[in-house]
Amino acid sequence: MSAFLAGRLLTLIPVLWGVSIVVFLLIHLLPGNAIQIFLGTQVAMTPAQMDELRRLFGLDKPLPLQYVDWISHLLRGDFGVSLRTSRPVLPDILGRLPLSGEVTLLALVIALVIGVPVGIAAALRRGSAADAAIQLGGLAGLSIPNFWLATMLLLALGNVGSIASIGVYVGFFADPVHNLAVMLLPSFSLGIALAAVMMRFTRSSLLEALGHDYVRTARAKGLREQLVTYRHVLRNALIPLITVVGFQAGYLLGGTVVIEEVFALPGLGRLALAAIGQRDYPVVQGVVLVIALLFVLVNLAVDVTYALVDPRVRYG
Amino acid sequence: MTPASTSALAKATAARRQGTPVRHRATFAARFLRTPLAMSGAVIVAAYLFATVAAPLLAPDDPLVMHSQMLLARPGGAHPFGTDEFGRDLLARLLFGARASLAVAFGSVALALAAGGGSGLVAGYRGGVLDNVLMRTMDVIFAFPAVLLAIAIMAVLGAALQNVILAIGIVYTPQFARVVRASAIETRGLEYVDAAGALGARTPRILARHILPNIMAPLIVQTSLSLSFAILTESALSFLGLGTQPPTPSWGNMLAEARRFMVIAPWTAITPGAAIALIVLGFNLLGDGLRDLLDPRLRL
Repeated sequence: MSAFLAGRLLTLIPVLWGVSIVVFLLIHLLPGNAIQIFLGTQVAMTPAQMDELRRLFGLDKPLPLQYVDWISHLLRGDFGVSLRTSRPVLPDILGRLPLSGEVTLLALVIALVIGVPVGIAAALRRGSAADAAIQLGGLAGLSIPNFWLATMLLLALGNVGSIASIGVYVGFFADPVHNLAVMLLPSFSLGIALAAVMMRFTRSSLLEALGHDYVRTARAKGLREQLVTYRHVLRNALIPLITVVGFQAGYLLGGTVVIEEVFALPGLGRLALAAIGQRDYPVVQGVVLVIALLFVLVNLAVDVTYALVDPRVRYG
Repeated sequence: MTPASTSALAKATAARRQGTPVRHRATFAARFLRTPLAMSGAVIVAAYLFATVAAPLLAPDDPLVMHSQMLLARPGGAHPFGTDEFGRDLLARLLFGARASLAVAFGSVALALAAGGGSGLVAGYRGGVLDNVLMRTMDVIFAFPAVLLAIAIMAVLGAALQNVILAIGIVYTPQFARVVRASAIETRGLEYVDAAGALGARTPRILARHILPNIMAPLIVQTSLSLSFAILTESALSFLGLGTQPPTPSWGNMLAEARRFMVIAPWTAITPGAAIALIVLGFNLLGDGLRDLLDPRLRL
């Protein structure tokens, strides 16, 4: 196990290095250099002042040197300074992280709670009208844009009293009930498409497991159908669901950016979108970097969990 | 050649001699027609394509003309879907909005297919260092959540049609690369590929004539499903103000504008989202149906 873990951790290095290069180049290489564009939006400056600012931001150095500068600050936890507020970027990002993390986690829980049981029910009634209806529902769930679903829920529930509190975000530990009331609709809007994915995966995984020899053996030895299902089929069929969580973490982390905008929640997504509107590139850079890092770590956790749960998995 | 395939060949030859079509080709079309899910997907997609091309003929009005006497008019009469806050006809805007959304979807998927499919094919067939470099690059793109990477690219490039196509195309490139690479590796080891090589065929010819036709099934399925993702991503970008820019209509920016007035004019918010959901459903149905027909192993 420790060899597996070490090997898996080693594969992180090239990916994270690549991620840092992409995020760096995104701001420094593309049309006209984003920070220069920002400088251009400032009130009239003399060329000498422009040069001074450029030197201040280190933009007068060659690109590789700028990268080394940037990454060495990054590794020391210095994500740069907001061009608008002049505050360090990282504390602002970390302050917004709990909200986005909560939306993401709650959406995942909602997806599992809805998707897995419904998928099991569909697989056990394969070919029935209920199965067909569930499958159609799954396709619909995949097709409805989450930000439209969110908008429609707000429209439909606009008159319900508790919804009036939306936008007034309270931390989970300050007031759990209020917090969950505010987070329910955003998480549901985000989670429903994932529920459809989980449902479809559970159904097909279960159908595959039902066809295995050990299921026939279990039935042949006279085991009750319920026990066959619970003891043999479900255990084997549900383990691969862990990998779906890894694949779909990107959907959740990206989706929360959009959903926060709909519900006016002060999370990472709104921070990034506001920063984009103000051309505050260090903040954009920081948010993209932190979310990509989270995504990579979630996938690491998923792989490790899978290796722990399924003894057959032993990558070199 | 195995006895089974010899007899299949004999049957096909016999069938051709008798003037009946070779069964294999007939069955795909017939099976497609008999698959209700795939067919309904194809019908939805075809209807949208028609609406996109014929938008100027079908639209009851110009999508940009403002009728100051008809602000937020209810659906019905001269404006079957109602009007928006500037008195613009919503049906016309939906029809013309399809142009932006579908142009981006097809453009970006074509880009991802060419870039991802090409590099996946070469990586899978060649292997070695080239494979490593290409696929590690794909891993890096894959390490970003799709919507977030598209948002970041748009933030830097600025909103313009070709930039949206580029951003979404880049985001979905690794998926094509992975699908094609996996199939190429599987096909590479087959005997007829070795045979073609032994006969002196060059790499481009082997790739185009022997590998590519055999990996079409997963590629077609991936294309159909990617079109649905691309439409969702385009509408999300436009919804956030980073994609298609007003006054040019797109479903995403129509929905964003409608949000301010939806309490008094809910139809302005309902129709753009429904338009997105239906075409995405169409591509999903088509993709699912094609997967069942072409590649039963991938069945989900």
